[in-house]
Amino acid sequence: MARSPRYGNLPNDANMLNPLLPIRFHDLRLKRRHRRVLDNLNLLIKDPGITVIMGPNGAGKSLTLRCLHGLIKPDRGSIALGALSVADSQRQQAMVFQHPVLLRRNVMQNLAFAKPEADHRELIDALTAVNLDDRAEQPARLLSGGEQQRLALARALLNQPKLLLLDEATASLDPASVLLIESLIRKQSQAGTKVILISHDQGQARRLADDVVFICRGQVVEHRPADAFFSHPESREAQAYLAGDIIV
Amino acid sequence: MDALTEAFRLIITLDPDLFEILGLSIRVSLIALAIATVIGLPLGTYLAINKFPGRRVLITLLNALMGMPPVVVGLMVYLMLSRSGPLGGLGLLYTPTAMIIAQVVLITPIIAALSNQVIENLYQEYRDTFYSLGITGSKAVIAYLVDARYSLTTCILAGFGRAIAEVGAVIIVGGNIDHLTRVMTTAIALETSKGNLTLALGLGTVLLTLAILVNGAVTAVREFAKRRQYA
Repeated sequence: MARSPRYGNLPNDANMLNPLLPIRFHDLRLKRRHRRVLDNLNLLIKDPGITVIMGPNGAGKSLTLRCLHGLIKPDRGSIALGALSVADSQRQQAMVFQHPVLLRRNVMQNLAFAKPEADHRELIDALTAVNLDDRAEQPARLLSGGEQQRLALARALLNQPKLLLLDEATASLDPASVLLIESLIRKQSQAGTKVILISHDQGQARRLADDVVFICRGQVVEHRPADAFFSHPESREAQAYLAGDIIV
Repeated sequence: MDALTEAFRLIITLDPDLFEILGLSIRVSLIALAIATVIGLPLGTYLAINKFPGRRVLITLLNALMGMPPVVVGLMVYLMLSRSGPLGGLGLLYTPTAMIIAQVVLITPIIAALSNQVIENLYQEYRDTFYSLGITGSKAVIAYLVDARYSLTTCILAGFGRAIAEVGAVIIVGGNIDHLTRVMTTAIALETSKGNLTLALGLGTVLLTLAILVNGAVTAVREFAKRRQYA
């Protein structure tokens, strides 16, 4: 895979600094209700930056990410993150879900729960980074959708993960919230965290992606630098997807 | 009408007999509630967040036990505590302790089954996030209990409501002995059968007030939690 010019804003040895790279999926297989939802999925993500996973609904994108995070154990195949297994790397990963699950506590307590040893200053800084410092004492579940997602992101980043996974984390948010979250993701990536996110939003993928993985019917159909993927998608499925055609 | 007026006089003048019965009722039910909570809450939580063979059967059994007839519980506890029963040597029959045991048997399944449902719902919601944040073991259990605090409070109050209003079991194992095991419900039954409606109505009024207070507390807790999205 050719290297995207966007990697230029990363430290030269960013992947050397990130012990979870390269990420290698080998012959991943998963069955759900007698249907093979991951079908010998193979993928190598070796570069730092932001990888966007795209593909039609039911393609296996979320399952791939959940396997990587250790939420699902595949029936067959393996995943290696650098020299580590999924289980060994779990503490260095963080995941933000499409629907953030916040505890029935206030904003500050939600953050403190993720890192009990953090002092007040650190928590306030984390809230300031996501523009929520003025909501610290508010019940977290009374925040708007965008604010809840920002809090979930702040919580995920509190432990300085080496790998950040986002599963359609900005779906159904307003444009301002999307842009704010994108800028946080970009900043985190520039700080050396490998980011893998799932998105159906082509605009977002164009804005963020260094490389794009296109998954269809449980297999990786295409994995290319973002510019190449969007200008000349190679696979018939990716061409149809980008053209807005329904892929069955 | 005269009986009702007399009943209110007994309450307002803090009639010693009435308040002795009231005191014992509350004491027995609160102790039973504390024991049932200590057993039922961990049991409900354990069944909610641990997967093992037979778990569903246990939960079904627990749900079934919620509707256990009090007289059957009374009979079971009676057989256990009667002189020829396995615990007969302890001499607990016709004591407040026997009544506490009967109430514990009655309300533990209620607290366990209701808390199981509450924690299981929360577990389904939090599981992935807790895994992602590396929250496991006792820390996760404490978090479930803390976050379910308002719902669990209503479970516990439901148990108290059942205990304080119960008559069938406590009359069998307590015997309704004056100044020893007479509680509100058994006293109401006795005084009504004797035609002494004054004391029965007085006790009935207090019992009704207690029931309203408990239900009011449940509603208030629910509303507070709902307003703050903590339910």
